[in-house]
Amino acid sequence: MAVLVFADHDNASLKDSTHKTVTAALALSGDVDVLVAGKGAGEVAKAAAGIAGVRKVLHAESDALGQGLAEAIASLITPLMSGYDAVLTPATSLGKSFSPRVAAKLDVAQVTEVVEVVDGSTFVRPIYAGNALETVQSSDAKKVITVRATNFKAAADGGSAAIETIDAGPGAGKTSFVDQQIVKSARPELTAAKIVVSGGRAMGSAEEFQRVIEPLADKLGAAVGASRAAVDAGYAPNDYQVGQTGKVVAPELYVAIGISGAIQHLAGMKDSKVIVAINKDGDAPIFQVADLGLVADYKSAVPELMDALAAAGK
Amino acid sequence: MKVLVPVKRVIDYNVKVRVKADQTGVDLANVKMAMNPFCEIAVEEAVRQKEKGAVTEVVAVSIGPAQAQETLRTALAMGADRAILIQTDQDLEPLAVAKVLAAVVAEEAPGAVIMGKQAIDGDNNATGQMLSALLDWPQAAFASEVVLSAGSAKVTREIDGGLQTIEVALPAVITADLRLNEPRYASLPNIMKAKKKPLDVKELSALGVDTAPRLKVVKVTEPPKRSGGVKVESAADIVSNLKTNGVI
Repeated sequence: MAVLVFADHDNASLKDSTHKTVTAALALSGDVDVLVAGKGAGEVAKAAAGIAGVRKVLHAESDALGQGLAEAIASLITPLMSGYDAVLTPATSLGKSFSPRVAAKLDVAQVTEVVEVVDGSTFVRPIYAGNALETVQSSDAKKVITVRATNFKAAADGGSAAIETIDAGPGAGKTSFVDQQIVKSARPELTAAKIVVSGGRAMGSAEEFQRVIEPLADKLGAAVGASRAAVDAGYAPNDYQVGQTGKVVAPELYVAIGISGAIQHLAGMKDSKVIVAINKDGDAPIFQVADLGLVADYKSAVPELMDALAAAGK
Repeated sequence: MKVLVPVKRVIDYNVKVRVKADQTGVDLANVKMAMNPFCEIAVEEAVRQKEKGAVTEVVAVSIGPAQAQETLRTALAMGADRAILIQTDQDLEPLAVAKVLAAVVAEEAPGAVIMGKQAIDGDNNATGQMLSALLDWPQAAFASEVVLSAGSAKVTREIDGGLQTIEVALPAVITADLRLNEPRYASLPNIMKAKKKPLDVKELSALGVDTAPRLKVVKVTEPPKRSGGVKVESAADIVSNLKTNGVI
């Protein structure tokens, strides 16, 4: 049984979620190939070839692939599946957009956001915003799977797989790229960060969010997140949102400032290793999951935290 | 242009989900049900496009039990013109739903399908993309802005790290993300009016679509409970604790 892994990247660098998805793939098969589909993504292909356990890297280049157009990626992968028994894709917004197309074209189910591989056909996945876990057994001959990467350990580097250039496929058809605005930030990427500092509705304004959350994040070398309430209120941009409808994160340390802990937010961060919560409401549900809770107004607590971090040499 | 809007009846998003003791699923007995929130956004978008003059007819379709008629009445009260229920008590997987919807599309020939990106029960986020693939139509998933014009749609999509704008030729499948709009509440007069709008009921079996499940649910369990830790007295306690445990 051979397995294909779709590499997550931005054409310049390979994302850690690829390494994690390789780990999930290696639980299915020893024959794991990685597909790098992009534009000017030669360095990405080299990085993918360096993941330990990878047999071969397939590298396809075109504008439509580099732009992440779902039709182009799905029409590249579907014919490749004659040589594979499963395709695993990190459940990023890109993965979520094209993977179901591949499944439909192959006339198989998609097994969505797998958090555990039980055996070659049995998988665990969250349903109802992570309030239940469903174990499913697939009867399809070929498996199309998206992987919640934060639930798997990253495969190590140290491999030296061959890179094979392949044809880019038929393209995006009746879809064309217009433009794209990616928020540039010096901070680590939210889903890959070791530390995440998130702010909630208690911030009260976008200015206050920036004044309180961002310096604390920078002091810790952390990514910035936000609750849905803070995003909906316009205090933080959409792509900061941590939760079932936003990003799912599992950092070493998650710091929740002024976040009450709605179920939908908890679903996005409860797998964090250590959770710290600061909230002035001692009954807030966030304290039911926090390892360290401080019942205090963030207005006084965050400056104190900054001072204590400075005193500790941070 | 006619727009088809699939809607799903799901557990109300405010209800706390309970896993059944026998691990066969989630307890839905006597639980409040409602239209899936992302489907509401899709209905709202279709109705707004009609109000702007870009759409002439909004047809809501649901696949589910007889009670899904209530969900369709909600869509009609929001402004959909007519509704179709494909009636079944079977719980269909996304691929089967996409196949049924493809059959409805073949009959209705809409200029676009606008639907929610995800149902909050199965959380698959797959049906729209699958439908688009089955129809060989372009897709615009996770839309946060839709501009319809003759023959094409310009759609701004939420992607990791920002926004992407694409143009798709019509007909196309567009899936609604959270920030596309804020759905309206149906007014009482509109709820009354909705009762008189046409609602066709067809049996799923009459469509002749293969809806056999591909996945067997082995069990449904509660996620591991995370136990709350300690409450500390000061910010300094947080830092010293994190330091002692090697977190920072």
